[in-house]
Amino acid sequence: MTEITRRNTLKLMSGAVIAGAAFSAMPRMAFSAGKITVLNWQGYGTDEAWSIKAFAEKTGIEVVHDYYSSESEMLTKLRTNPGAYDLVVLNAARCAQATAEDLLQPIDFSKVPNAATIDANLRSNANFLKDGKGYAVPWVWGMTSLAIRDGMPVPDSYKVLADPAYKGRVAMDDDAVICVAAGALMTGQDMNNPKDLGAIRDALKSIKPNVKLLWSTEDQWNKSFAAKEFDLSLFWSGGSVRSKRNSKLPVDFVVPKEGGIGWVDGLGIPASAPNAEGALAFANWLIDPTFYLEWATKVGAPASSNSAALASLPADDLSRQVHKPEYLKTMGIMSALPDDRREAFNNLWQEVKAFYAE
Amino acid sequence: MQNDNLTSASERGPSDPRVRRPLPSWVSTTALLMPTYGWLTLAVFLPLLTMLVFSFMAATPMGKAPIVFTLKQYRAFIDQPYLIGIAFTSLLIGFWTTFACAVLGFLAAVALARSTFGKTRELLLILILLPFWTNGLVRIFSWTMVLRENGFLDTIFHMVLPDAGSIGFLYTRYAVVVGLVHGYLPYMILTCYIALVTIDDAIIEAAASLGARWWTILFKILVPMAAPGLISGAVLTFIPVIGSFMEPRILGGRVGVTMGTVIEDQFTQAFNWPLGASLSFTLLAVVLAIFGTFSGVLRRGTAA
Repeated sequence: MTEITRRNTLKLMSGAVIAGAAFSAMPRMAFSAGKITVLNWQGYGTDEAWSIKAFAEKTGIEVVHDYYSSESEMLTKLRTNPGAYDLVVLNAARCAQATAEDLLQPIDFSKVPNAATIDANLRSNANFLKDGKGYAVPWVWGMTSLAIRDGMPVPDSYKVLADPAYKGRVAMDDDAVICVAAGALMTGQDMNNPKDLGAIRDALKSIKPNVKLLWSTEDQWNKSFAAKEFDLSLFWSGGSVRSKRNSKLPVDFVVPKEGGIGWVDGLGIPASAPNAEGALAFANWLIDPTFYLEWATKVGAPASSNSAALASLPADDLSRQVHKPEYLKTMGIMSALPDDRREAFNNLWQEVKAFYAE
Repeated sequence: MQNDNLTSASERGPSDPRVRRPLPSWVSTTALLMPTYGWLTLAVFLPLLTMLVFSFMAATPMGKAPIVFTLKQYRAFIDQPYLIGIAFTSLLIGFWTTFACAVLGFLAAVALARSTFGKTRELLLILILLPFWTNGLVRIFSWTMVLRENGFLDTIFHMVLPDAGSIGFLYTRYAVVVGLVHGYLPYMILTCYIALVTIDDAIIEAAASLGARWWTILFKILVPMAAPGLISGAVLTFIPVIGSFMEPRILGGRVGVTMGTVIEDQFTQAFNWPLGASLSFTLLAVVLAIFGTFSGVLRRGTAA
C-alpha cells in the first residue's frame, strides 16, 4: 500500500479541488470536489458499502452511484447526460462502441499504479484501445468454455462436443453468439469475425445426436446437471465455481486448446467527467488486491484483471483455480458485433436449433 | 330539441326519477361501451399498432440510428425456409394439445355436469380451477421432476417393474404437449361445462327411454348440443398454444423449438424486434386463415 500515501492523497485531493473550482464556474454544475458518480449495474462490486466507506476514509472521496439495467441504457445515459458521471463500468465490446462515439477519455495509467500488474493480454485488447491509447482500465473477466462431470476424460478441444462417446450427454448454451463462437473455434476460425459461416453451421449441426438440451439459465443448468441429464456442456467459468461451491456439484471446468470465449468489463472515464482524478483513484482501488480479496471471498466476484489481485486469493480458492492466468493467453474476447453480423449469427443459431428439433 | 331537454332537465333538478325522459338509445349505448373500447384501444390496439409499425422497420429503433422502413422482415419465411418446418411443428403441437384438451375436457365436463350435484360439483369445479392458482412456471418445473429419467414417474413404474428401463420422456414433444394440456385444460372444461349444463335432462331421459345406448346419447345428443362450448374452448386453447414458449423451452429441451420460442428469441436475445413482430403477425394471419377456412363448420356448430 505504498502508493496511497498521504502526500499522494493530498496531491490528488488538491487536484480535485482545482478541477472542482474550474468546473464550479459553470452554471448547473454543482458538485463537491471530493465526489465521484459511478455508473454501473446494481450490486456489481463498486457499490459495496464497506468498500465505499474504506475508500472515503482513505482518500476523502465520496462515491455515489447511478445504475443501468441494460448496456444500451448505459450508452444512452452517457450520450444524454454529459458531465454527470466520472466512472462507468462497461463491457469490452461496448467500450469499443463508446470510444468510437468519443464518449470516453483516454486513461492516464500513471495515476493508476495498480494497473502495472494488469494482465498484458487484457490491457492490450483491441476493444480498449484507440490510436494506441487505452480508454478503459480492465477490471474483471470471465469466460465460457467446457464443463464436464468429474472423473470423465478431460477434453482438449471443442471438437469433443461432436464426439460420439457423448451421445445424448451434451448441453448447449442457448445463446447465439456463444454457440457461433464455439462453432468458429471448432472450425479454427476467428470467433468475432468468422469468414465461413457455412462451416460453423455444419459443425454445430454435427453435434445433433449428442445434444440433450439447450439451457438458458444457471439454475436450469444446475438442476439438470444434478439430475445427471448430461455430462458435458458449454458453461460459464463463474457459474461452474458457484455450482461447485454452493450446490456441491461434481463439475470440472476445462479450457481446451482453442481457448475460452471470454468477456472483460472495464472501467472507463466519460469524456465529460467532472472529476477524472477521483475516478482514477477509485479505479485503482477497484483493482487493488486488498479490495479484491475481500470482495471475492466475502461477496463473490469474477476474476480480477490484476494478476496480483488474483494471486492474493487463497491457493485453494475455486475461482482462482478456474481462472488461471495462462488461459488469458489463448482466450478470445467477445467484441462488438455490427448489426448485420449479429443478425447472421442469430439466424444461423435459429436454423441450427430448428435442425436439432427435427 | 336538445336545448329543450337541457332546460327542462335543469328545471327539474337532478333528483326526479319519475318524469325523466329516456335519452336517445345511442347515447346510453356509447356510454356503456366507452370504458371497454377506451380500455381496448389503450391496452390492446395501441401496443399492437406499435408492433405493426415495428414489423416494417429494418432494425430495432435505438439510440441515434436512423429508422429505415422495409418489407424484408416479412420475407423471413422465404429467406429462412427452416422457419416453415418450425411453424408446422407449432401447428402440430397446437392441434394435438387442442385435441387432447377436447377429449379430456369434454369427458370431465360431462362427468361434472351429469353425475354430480351441489357440494360435490362445487368442490370438483374448484379442483379443476386449482392449477390456475399456481404460477405457470411452477407447474412446468414440477412436470420436469415427474417426467425426467429417474423422476417420480420412473420411480413409481420401477415399483411395479423393477428391471424395466426408463419411461421418462422429458425433452420430447410428448412432454411439451403434456405440459400444455395441463395448462389449458381448465378453459376447455369450463366452456364445455357451461354448454352442457344448459341441456335439458328430459332430452337425455327421452333418448334413454327410447332405447339409445350411452354412446348414441354421447355422440348424437351431448356432443352436437355442446358444440359451441367445444368450439370456443378449442379457439381459447389453440391460439395461445401456438405462441407458447415457456413449455416448449423447459419441457422440450433440444426439440422444444416452436414459433413461440423463435419469436421470444428475437425479442430477448437477438434484440430484433422487427423480425419478432413480423413473425407474430404472420402467425396471426395463418391462424386467421385457418379459422376462416373452417368458419363454415364453426358457424354450423355454434348454430346447433
